[in-house]
Formats: sequence, C-alpha cells, structure tokens
Amino acid sequence: MAKVTLALDELTCPSCLTKIKQAVSSTPGVTNVKVLFNAGKVKAEFDPEVVQAEKIAAVVTDLGYEVKSNKTTV
Amino acid sequence: MKLQRFVTKHNRQFLLLNGILMGLGLSFNFWTDQRTIAVILLIAASIIGVFPIALHAFSALRYKTISIELLVTIAVIGAFVVGEFHESAIVTFLFLFGGYLEKKTLAKTRASIKTLTELAPTTATVKTAQGEKQVDVDDLAVADQVLVRPGDQIPVDGVIIQGQGYVNEAAITGESKPVFKATTTQVYSGSLLDSGMLTVRTEKVGDETTFGKIIELVEEAQDAKSPAEKFIDRFAKFYTPAVLVIALVVYLITRDLNTAITLLVLGCPGALVIGAPVSNVAGIGSSAKAGILVKGGEVTTALAHVDTVLFDKTGTLTVGKPEVVTTINLIDDAEKLKQTTAQLLAIEKTSKHPLAQAIVTDLMHKKIPNISLKDSPETVKGQGLVTDTLFVGNQRLLADHGIQLDAKEKLTVQQIQQQGLSTVLVADKQHLLLALGIGDALKPDTAAALSKLKAMGLNRLIMLTGDNAASAQAIGQQLPLSGIQAELLPEDKLAYIKAQQAEGHQVAFVGDGINDSPALAAANVGIAMGAGADAAIETADVTLMNANFMALVVAIQKSRQTHANTVQNIVIAIGTVAALLIGLLLGKIDMASGMFVHEASILVVIFNAMRLLRHSNLAKRIQTAKKIAVQR
Repeated sequence: MAKVTLALDELTCPSCLTKIKQAVSSTPGVTNVKVLFNAGKVKAEFDPEVVQAEKIAAVVTDLGYEVKSNKTTV
Repeated sequence: MKLQRFVTKHNRQFLLLNGILMGLGLSFNFWTDQRTIAVILLIAASIIGVFPIALHAFSALRYKTISIELLVTIAVIGAFVVGEFHESAIVTFLFLFGGYLEKKTLAKTRASIKTLTELAPTTATVKTAQGEKQVDVDDLAVADQVLVRPGDQIPVDGVIIQGQGYVNEAAITGESKPVFKATTTQVYSGSLLDSGMLTVRTEKVGDETTFGKIIELVEEAQDAKSPAEKFIDRFAKFYTPAVLVIALVVYLITRDLNTAITLLVLGCPGALVIGAPVSNVAGIGSSAKAGILVKGGEVTTALAHVDTVLFDKTGTLTVGKPEVVTTINLIDDAEKLKQTTAQLLAIEKTSKHPLAQAIVTDLMHKKIPNISLKDSPETVKGQGLVTDTLFVGNQRLLADHGIQLDAKEKLTVQQIQQQGLSTVLVADKQHLLLALGIGDALKPDTAAALSKLKAMGLNRLIMLTGDNAASAQAIGQQLPLSGIQAELLPEDKLAYIKAQQAEGHQVAFVGDGINDSPALAAANVGIAMGAGADAAIETADVTLMNANFMALVVAIQKSRQTHANTVQNIVIAIGTVAALLIGLLLGKIDMASGMFVHEASILVVIFNAMRLLRHSNLAKRIQTAKKIAVQR
C-alpha cells in the first residue's frame, strides 16, 4: 500500500468534502480516504498495482478542484 | 468535466458579471420606464449567477448529497416560474458574494496553520565529496551532512557533528529565546540558526521530523470534530433534505410557490454547518502557534470541562535533575569564602557524581574562578571527597574524620534536610564552612501558573509521585496544591485517576510523556509537557512543546474560550433561522432579504471565531519571533 497526499486549493463548502471523499473512495484500488477540510488536503492509501497517484489526482481535478501538489510515499 | 474546472476557476468573474448585470437591471427598473430592458438584464444576471450554483448542486447530487446549493437552485428556478426576476438576481448575487467573503474570512481563521507550514524548510546545503551543494529537502537522506549558516533554517532533525551556535527553536517549542547548541546535541528541523555555524548529521527528514509531525497533527486536529460538531453534522444530514420536503409540503397545501421558495432560502443551514468548525479551526490554530498542540475538537471540549488536574512531580512540576537549591555560608571572612568556593569547584570537577555535577553547574553559574589543585582529591566511597585541607561530603564523612558539629551547625544541617534536600557539607579540620542543599527544584513558573489555575476555578490540583512522603511534602508545600499523593507506583497512579473519574470528576493528567503514557491515556485529557517530546506527541491529547508551565494555563484558557465560542455560534445560527421563520410567518421577510440575513449570519459566526485568534501575551511574543524568522 502506498500513501498519497494531494494539496488542493482552499475548500470552503462542507458539501465539497463529501463529494471529494465519495468520488475518491469509489475509485478502484483506493482505500482509507481522508479529506482535510481546513488544510485543503486529500490523504489516501492506494494499491500501486491497481491505480496510480496521477489517476487519483485526476479524479479530484475532474470534480473541479485544482490539485496543487501530489506527494507519494511507499 | 472541463466545464466544472472552468467555472471553479472563474468564480470571481461570474460573481462580477452577475453583480454588474443585477445593478444595471435594478437601476433600469427603478429609474426608467424601460421595464423590458430591466427584466432582460435581471434574467441574464440570474442565469449567470445560478449557473455555478446549479453546477455544484448537480455534482453533489451525483454523490447523493443534498447540498445548500440545491436548495438555492430550486428557489431560483421557482422565482423564475413566478416571474420574480429581481428576487432571483439578488439571491444569486448574495449567495455568490457571501461565498466569496466566506472564503476570504475563512482563510484568516486558517492562517495560523498556514504560517506554520510556510516555516517548513525547503532547501538545504549538503556537504559532498565534490564540495557544497544546494538541494531540495525532499532529496535529503539519513546520514547526509548538512551545513547550516547563520540566518539559515535547520533543514533536518539530526545531531551536530561540527561547530556550535545559538539556535532559535520557536517553531518547535514556541519559545523564541535562542539556545546554545554544540557538538553531539540534537537539533530540530524548522529551527533557526541565530549565530554560529553547524554541520548536522541527518537523522530524520520531511514528514518524519518533529516539525513535520507537528504540522500533520495540527492539520488533522483542525478537522477532528467536537461533540457539538458531530451533532450538527448528523443534524444537517437530515436538516437539508427536510427543508426541501417541508417546502414541498407547504407548496402542496397552500399552492403558494412564493412562500415555498422563500422557505427554501430561509432554511439553508449555512451558518450552522460553518459555525462550529470555524471556532475549532481558529482555536486550535492559534494554540498551535503558541506551541500548544491540541488533538482536535473533542479534546478542546474535554479540556474546557476539566475540574481536576493531576500532576506528575519529577520532570513535570520540577526540573527533573538535581540542582543546588540553598547554600548556607558559615564563613565570616570574604577572602576566605572566595578561596573556599574556588577550591570546592576544583574538587567537585574531579567527580562524576550527580551531586558534584549539580555543584559545579551552580558555581560556574556564579562565575567562581577556576583554579588548579596542588594534589588530586581522594574519593571516599559513599561519603565524599577529601583533600589536605578540605572535606566535602555527607555527615558520615565528617564524623569519620573526627570533625564534630556544634549545636548551631547541627541545626543548619537539619533545616536543609527538612526541606527534603540532600546535603553536601564543606568543612576544614575544625569547623563546618558551607552547607549545600541539593534537590530537584521546581520549574520557575510552576507556583504562579498553579495560582492562575486556581483563580480560573480549578481547585482540585493534586500532585502524584513515586517519591517518599517527606520529599513529596517538601516540594508540595511550595505550591498551591489541594492534595499530595506520594509513594505511588505507576499502576497506583492509574488506579488513582480511575477512582477520581468514578467519583464523577473530569481529570486532566500532566506528565513529561516519557514513562507515564498509561496515565496520559487513562485521563480524560492527557497533557504531555516538554520540548521535542517526540513520543508524547502521539500518545498525549495535548502536547505543550514549551516546558513552561504558563503554557498549561494558556491551553486551558483557549479551550474554554473555543468551547464557549462554538456554543455562541450554534446559538447565533439557530437563532437566525428561527427569527427568519417568524419573520416569514409575519410576512416581513421575502426571498432576497432572507438571503441577505443568511449570508450576514455566516459572516457573523466567522468574525466571532476570529476573536479566538487574538493572542495572549505569551503567544504574542512567540509570534513576533516567528515573523522575524520568516523575514530573514
């Protein structure tokens, strides 16, 4: 399991949080999704054989949130 | 979903266009007869305004979330159906503008953690075989040798292998007074080298460093919800759909679309969902700036309700290592006193005994000159040190060498012993010259801080210790404690905490975080104290990075303020909705004015939370030091 931390722009609406969490969680190979509302970060664990960090970032980007940085630790 | 990104990116342009069109439309409406132009402008304003809102509503709906945006979207569509175009234009504008202001003000409440993250070092100078090299901190590895120049940030956690200097550790401990560091001492990432030059051997980098852990902890803590927040969350989950249903029912019964859509706008839970989190963010963020790490809203609430504080003695209330507490001088002649103390220093320097080292530290502090001895002192095991002219040690040493104490001298020794201190006596062949009392001294601010806690209504302050009753009493009587529990084993401490809780007390346990993790975990709030207490960060609920006792006072004050602030915000939010509903029943509120009051109430709760960002004096001092650090 690898870990990814995405830094987003400021999050202001609590419903954005639910949205991002559900979208990332429903991506295959991704588990343990945490959206930090105040820090504007998404943290998740993923299986590098199933999915890449870039793909997770793309899911968030598609929801309309800019991903400013993307850090992966194995 | 390119569209969504475009809209999010150009939110401000949408707001601006929406505002201009609405302004023009309303002007035409009021000051000219061009009704058609006015209506066209207002329709355009509404469409541009509702577009980003509806998009949000739709994308949330795809993930089965009924959002505030959905309520507003339906209300705006409803207003279109009834032909209330100026209302729809005003409502969209107020909603977008409110959201914009919310973003700006929220950023302020989050600023504390932002400034902390910005203090994280980004580059480092590495020593390599080819010479010095500038690298990104992410590229550093364990065992890399990093060079730190004055004004530079220390980029890693590690040990100094060469050089010395004064280091400002405000980012870690909240204390901005520079500390002297030399070879073999530990330094922390995020601290600043004031003067000197260091080569540091890397032990931890990035997120693994103490500084990295602090940031992560604070980020997560700001999102860890208080009981009030959890309640609101559950409430809001049903509340928003309920508003939708109620509005529908009202429409079906009254057949009055106008009232139904007004109800949708009034029912928006805006201030309610933002009110409690915003207090927490501000409270936890501003505490973090003062070196007080609180692990989330739940801890804040628990700490605000604590009525009993239990203190570990050694290393928490006290410094944790022996110090010379009293020196009684029986020499009249100033010149002889000078000579004796200088000799004492030289003698004690030859010993590695903890008491000897405490004396050396004390005498060096008093600037006693260094002299060399003619012959090296002889050690008498378990008693002390002996030279040709001086005897330094305990009573046994003097007795064994035939030095008799008179009544007055005996009294002096007794006085020291009654304070729970170890005695070191200095005598020549006939008389006692000096008597030193050595013990574990209280930390400087302890008594004052405990008095402050008392003044705040915390009357149950109890010391727990494994020491014997006499030495516990000796330390305890210098403090405004309500109780002392001595001779406790670690499991006894645990049992004592549980007994207090069984009596219905809310217990905070304050320890140094080194060997009292069971007690820290068992208490309602476990508070660990001490700089760079790495392990404690994970077990304790609250970590005071600064060993200063006043930080405890600030922590409790802040948590009480934060809790009160949360309650105020919930009252404001619920009160606003109630007042609006009453207004609606009395026919005094329409959709546009309802939206205005709503957005205003959101700003009110945010501004209320901002009051928590105001700092106490202690916190202020720390902040100024950090600002200087950033400017460099």
